[in-house]
Amino acid sequence: MGRFILKRIGQTLIVLFIVSVFIFLLVSFLPGDPVYAMLGGEITQETYDRWYLELGLDKPLILRYLSWISKAVTGDFGMSASQHKEVVAVLAERVPVTIYLSLLSFFISIPLGILFGIISAVNRGKLLDSVLTTFANVCCCLPQFFLSVLFLYLFSIKLHLLPSFGFVWPWEDLQKSLLQTIMPLLCLTIGGIASICRQTRSSMLEVIGQDYIRTAKSKGLAQNRIIFVHAMKNALIPVITLMGLRLGGLIGGSMFVESVFNIPGMGTLLVMAIQAQDIPLIQACVLLIAVVACVVNIITDIVYAAVDPRIKV
Amino acid sequence: MKHLLEVNGIHTCFMMDGKKVRAVDGVSFHLDRGEIVGVVGESGSGKSVTMMSVLQLVGAPGFVESGTVYLDGEEKNLLEYDGNSEKMRSVRGGRIGMIFQEPMTSLNPVLTIGYQIQENIMKHLDMDRQQAKERTIEMLRMVKIPDAEQRFDYYPQQFSGGMRQRIMIAMAMSAKPDILIADEATTALDVTTQAQLLEMIRSIAKETNTAVILVTHNLGIVARFAERIYVMYSGSVVETAGTRDIFKHSEHPYTRSLLRAIPRLDDPRDRILIPIEGLPPNPALRPDYCPFYDRCEYRKPECAKRNKPELEKVGEEHYSACWLTREELRQKEIEIQNTPRKAAPQKNIGSEKVLEVKNVRKYFPVLKGIMKRKIGEVKAIEEITFDLHKGETMGIVGESGCGKTTMARCIMRVYRPEEGEIKFSGVDIAQMKDKELQPYRSRIAMIFQDPFSSLDPRQTAGSIVAESLLINKSCKTKEELNRRVDELFTLVGLDPGLKDRVPHEFSGGQRQRLGIARALSSDPDVIICDEPISALDVSIQAQIINLLEELQAKLGVSYLFIAHDLAVVKHISDRVLVMYLGRVVEIADAQQLYANPMHPYTEALLAAVPEADPDVEEGKAAVPISGEVPSILNRPQGCPFHDRCSKASERCRKEVPKLMDKGDGHMVACFLYQ
Repeated sequence: MGRFILKRIGQTLIVLFIVSVFIFLLVSFLPGDPVYAMLGGEITQETYDRWYLELGLDKPLILRYLSWISKAVTGDFGMSASQHKEVVAVLAERVPVTIYLSLLSFFISIPLGILFGIISAVNRGKLLDSVLTTFANVCCCLPQFFLSVLFLYLFSIKLHLLPSFGFVWPWEDLQKSLLQTIMPLLCLTIGGIASICRQTRSSMLEVIGQDYIRTAKSKGLAQNRIIFVHAMKNALIPVITLMGLRLGGLIGGSMFVESVFNIPGMGTLLVMAIQAQDIPLIQACVLLIAVVACVVNIITDIVYAAVDPRIKV
Repeated sequence: MKHLLEVNGIHTCFMMDGKKVRAVDGVSFHLDRGEIVGVVGESGSGKSVTMMSVLQLVGAPGFVESGTVYLDGEEKNLLEYDGNSEKMRSVRGGRIGMIFQEPMTSLNPVLTIGYQIQENIMKHLDMDRQQAKERTIEMLRMVKIPDAEQRFDYYPQQFSGGMRQRIMIAMAMSAKPDILIADEATTALDVTTQAQLLEMIRSIAKETNTAVILVTHNLGIVARFAERIYVMYSGSVVETAGTRDIFKHSEHPYTRSLLRAIPRLDDPRDRILIPIEGLPPNPALRPDYCPFYDRCEYRKPECAKRNKPELEKVGEEHYSACWLTREELRQKEIEIQNTPRKAAPQKNIGSEKVLEVKNVRKYFPVLKGIMKRKIGEVKAIEEITFDLHKGETMGIVGESGCGKTTMARCIMRVYRPEEGEIKFSGVDIAQMKDKELQPYRSRIAMIFQDPFSSLDPRQTAGSIVAESLLINKSCKTKEELNRRVDELFTLVGLDPGLKDRVPHEFSGGQRQRLGIARALSSDPDVIICDEPISALDVSIQAQIINLLEELQAKLGVSYLFIAHDLAVVKHISDRVLVMYLGRVVEIADAQQLYANPMHPYTEALLAAVPEADPDVEEGKAAVPISGEVPSILNRPQGCPFHDRCSKASERCRKEVPKLMDKGDGHMVACFLYQ
């Protein structure tokens, strides 16, 4: 197992290297002069020269990359022009919010999704299955920003039940925090529940048709035991892949919900950085998202290997 | 209650397109303590569904419509209980254990085998976890799993197919059932493994006084192991009697025809198989009269006017479901015996060699890591040497993994052998490049095992056959092409009018005819038949065997006939080549090989084949071979067979014996004869 994890980490480092190159080249891809792009056209020659040197634009591309990446691995992404702060300090403020919401949504959607999926598979063809499947199919198709706007209209504007924007940590003000998180969390979670439910249902149905389930029945085991011991462990293997994708997607795709509800997370930060063409900030955000995606992939593979004894590690 | 299990009038239906289709149409049987009963029938005869109905394991869209199941010690008809009720669950696995056909998929891949057996014990016997574990290990020892304590924590995929089936037996027997149902339990396994397992089931059953139901399509297995037999056809039992009566004094026309259709190891050279014409009826369209009527050689017009016949007593413990009286059957029998049969087609074996294979070797590299480093080799076949004459049939037998298919692919030049000569009409094609091979490709053709997956499902039958004619540009005009395709269809006994159909509209036997027509289309000199009949039902097999023999007599083509069914191989072959772990161990004339096998492996293989004759079976000793075929990845040093051979000496462990001629072209690779 140790060897397997080391191997996967090695592969991930290669992937991250390639990603970092692309992120770095972003500066060269952007049209126009990077200094003007960052600071606007109305700056003095002095400021221009200072930033020109600060960004290392006088050096060849490879040296620029090396100096950027060597700083980046120590956590130094330089100064954010739009925030007038160290990039790291900006991230430290924003990232925990996104991670908090994403993980919360993730851990709510998994058990519910699996539960609904199993209920639906076991009652295949009956009314309960039809209702659950229809719901799951509809919810899968609804984009987050649509849901956000719908909820906002319904609960804030029409019913005045929930605050329409903002974010505070639960330890700062529990009640306010709860009220503010309900809607964004709902938007983030519904799609997850629906897609996990669909996947669980279909893989459960496939497993229920397998010979070893017939064997389990021929042993006279109780229905619950067959489903939760014999079928579920097999059926969850494809669901694990989906969970990994979900988690990566939640963090990388946080901008929609965060923008609508005006939550100061990484999503809104990235949107803002792009609008301001704040290159160091964009680079840091994108790299961070890439790292998260890679880490999630490694965790997925490890969980995979732990659940399925057929995977040789 | 007289019997241990009494089953009466089981009717099981499946809902298909809103219509009820009766898969089991009124089956009754009984079982006594400690006896072994065989249930034989072709696929679709309803034998498995009957067993599943007894245990209430038939899943949607199927359901048991009516019938009664009385088990000694239970007061009520078991079918009155709900399928998931506590009662039914204590019967399943507790009083009736079941083993299924597919050892590879019947065990749960994510649970250890120990857990799976232990679970069964804890459900049915009043034991705690520790006691159940001890019993599990005891059971694993009983079915001869080595290192049972360590293997407790192994997963199913860490065992071979034979071992997994042993584990299934251990599991089914673990709760001390009164009845064990083995549903085609050994069908997917090699003959030597099959014999070992059935022997084991028999001895365990006799020791523990467990009754056994052997469900199988193999008449040899029931002849060897069963004491009483039920013959099923199209959802009904058509005949039942003691094993000897079924084979020696069979009454029902179906049983009689079946026995005439199967080849046997002790057949004389010129025996002709008499196939049962036609196909078993589709259960959805089954007539109200006798379901066998359409294929029956004994039928009288009155049969079609009466209902389905019920089982009637025709002798001591002997029942048959036929309207004809004994006298009518006897007269008809004489008539049938006297009808002139087509004589066995005359073979014409030429002296010229169409194929000479010398010292062929094929290794596959074992690669590892991202860089695909080579870390070893799979020695698939080594030192393969034989020749094939014009118009001759060479049978190739051996257990799975022995390299039969690799050899066939080398001869087809799908693979390029590492070493050796493959002379085709005197020209060595072993190392030729694709371009140079072009003229030879059309002269070697192949018929594949699975007629269901080896035909393109979207291509019409006509274009399947025409394809190689087009590739080889052997027809000038469209008319010529059409005429040639029609000819080929007629040659293999298919109506040319079916040209526009696609493969799924044909039956299994017809599809294999199509495969044969495709192979014949390029007018080849050699056809490699890779298990051409093993996917077909017994009554259809005879049709295909006869067709292959006729075609050979007509066209003078040579066959390499690969199969694991030794009786079939013997029937069709002039000479037989026996392979073991990638090497040829014996080549001999078919009759001679069976009469006088020299290599200990050939001997063991022949002894392991169950024959459809209880007299022959009684005379046989228990299986003389132990262990399983080792993996080709760690082939033993020296003679590949030495660790399973009772006659192995020190020399066999060190040296590989060479193939030597012992007179009359009987070649054997064994130190016993050197």
